[in-house]
Amino acid sequence: MSEAADTGQVDMHAANIKIFKFQDMVFHKITLLFALIVLAALVGILASLAMEAAPAFKTFGLSFLWSNVWSVPDDEFGALIAIYGTVVTSVIALLIAVPVSFGIALFLTEACPTWLRRPLGTAIELLAGVPSIIYGIWGLFIFAPLFAKYVQPYLQQAFGDVPVLGGLVAGPPIGVGILAASIVLSLMVIPFIASVMRDVFETVPPVLKESAYGVGCTTWEVVWNIVLPYTRVGVIGGIMLGLGRALGETMAVTFVIGNANRIRGSLFAPGNSIASVLANEFGEADPGLHISSLFALGLVLFLITFIVLAISRWLIHRGTRKQGS
Amino acid sequence: MPDHNVQIGEEAVLKIRKLDFFYGDFKGLNNVNLDIARNKVTAFIGPSGCGKSTLLRTFNRMYDLYPGQRAEGEILFNGNNLLDRKQDVNLVRAKIGMVFQKPTPFPMTIYENIAFGVRLYEKLSASEMNDRVEWALNKAALWGEVKDKLQQSGLSLSGGQQQRLCIARAVAVKPEIVLLDEPTSALDPISTAKVEELIDELKLDYTIAIVTHNMQQAARISDYTAFMYLGELIEFGKTDELFVKPRVPQTEDYITGRFG
Repeated sequence: MSEAADTGQVDMHAANIKIFKFQDMVFHKITLLFALIVLAALVGILASLAMEAAPAFKTFGLSFLWSNVWSVPDDEFGALIAIYGTVVTSVIALLIAVPVSFGIALFLTEACPTWLRRPLGTAIELLAGVPSIIYGIWGLFIFAPLFAKYVQPYLQQAFGDVPVLGGLVAGPPIGVGILAASIVLSLMVIPFIASVMRDVFETVPPVLKESAYGVGCTTWEVVWNIVLPYTRVGVIGGIMLGLGRALGETMAVTFVIGNANRIRGSLFAPGNSIASVLANEFGEADPGLHISSLFALGLVLFLITFIVLAISRWLIHRGTRKQGS
Repeated sequence: MPDHNVQIGEEAVLKIRKLDFFYGDFKGLNNVNLDIARNKVTAFIGPSGCGKSTLLRTFNRMYDLYPGQRAEGEILFNGNNLLDRKQDVNLVRAKIGMVFQKPTPFPMTIYENIAFGVRLYEKLSASEMNDRVEWALNKAALWGEVKDKLQQSGLSLSGGQQQRLCIARAVAVKPEIVLLDEPTSALDPISTAKVEELIDELKLDYTIAIVTHNMQQAARISDYTAFMYLGELIEFGKTDELFVKPRVPQTEDYITGRFG
């Protein structure tokens, strides 16, 4: 009797295991499918961009990348103006945003009184959530006029006669332009970089900091020699997140960059970025070379983002070697 | 007032007088008085939460890092009151080194782990620095094991080696006192034995204050022992005397394992 019961039991188990195995298999396949969606989307976007951009590259060749002509009436297009605007505004934005964010994160984690920590942290997160169109209208209607009236004249007074720097601040102080766009961009990326930096600074074990204080370090020495190396990967990640956002930012930049298809040495001069050209011209572009050139610009932006990502990987890797492994 | 001898018959490098310590409103230490003898090992024992680590952390003002923690009273270090607001804490910490419960190598190479602290207060040439690093690693009985991999990360060492690296780092800046906060509680028995041997050698040059959970360890390595309970110093004296014939019943209960 017991034997029969046993075999029954074993069969039951075997049947259950079969069901479990089947469920596992289904689950595995479903998650795989979700993961593949990411890949498919990436490849699909890249392929469609490339296809649409093909006529532009066929007509202008690779010189599309370094031609500084963007003329709709003549049907002649080159990406240099937009690339210049994108890269310059993003780099200046980072030059401003990284030190400021570092200071914010440092203050929040190392020096801030406890009662101020939460309100300040929440404010930064809220700032990160402000829609970019709001930065745009604020930049155009409030920041740019103030900038033109109170900042630009003084910058020109101070640096106008200095070689090189004088060139950067030349031209009529009209507010909107490359520098204004950079400053608005920096305001937009500061909350991102600062909150990532704060989060990673908080992951440093207190006892590690204590041991650095224990050999006689000041707060600055602890942060510079212990906290930063310990959190290097996260900090670089945060900066790259900010850079990625700055490169692709469309609305705010379109509002304040001035939208001129020219390259001038001056940072006060209006310019254009890839994203702002796309936003401005897609609506009224005629099918043909114009549209295709816009797609080509999109492809270029895509590539720039890839390059940024690759550089950040390389930086992280190089840092790991320097630290010894 | 618990009965204990505050004074010792030899030169004291630290004199703790009427020390109270507060975590916000909670009083963590109550009227602690004792002397730490130069070039001797003083052990602090007692059940968890008795205040022994808290006491150790007042010696280098580590509590300063945390708002809400404060100490009152006097800790005289070569005649200066360490608790004085005007006292430069970084200088104090360079003179009074600390090693923690868990090994905490800095995220840099083994060489840099040692050189880093030295560089803060001394300007040495490259060869002098090399000598200092070798000297410190020798002091910590680690040189032989790491001399071929000084450029590797400090994190690549085993737990016991990391802890000896931390000890080397602490002695490299030539402090007067080395504070050890349960330095072996995260180590295996062999590494523990090595660290204990090390402590015995280090006391030739340094004054050592060690917090330990392990009474046998205190009995093995220390010259003086302080037994603490609930934020008070219950008994303090020569280790031999305190373990053989404690004067206070509570101490006897603790060292014979009846409570704690």
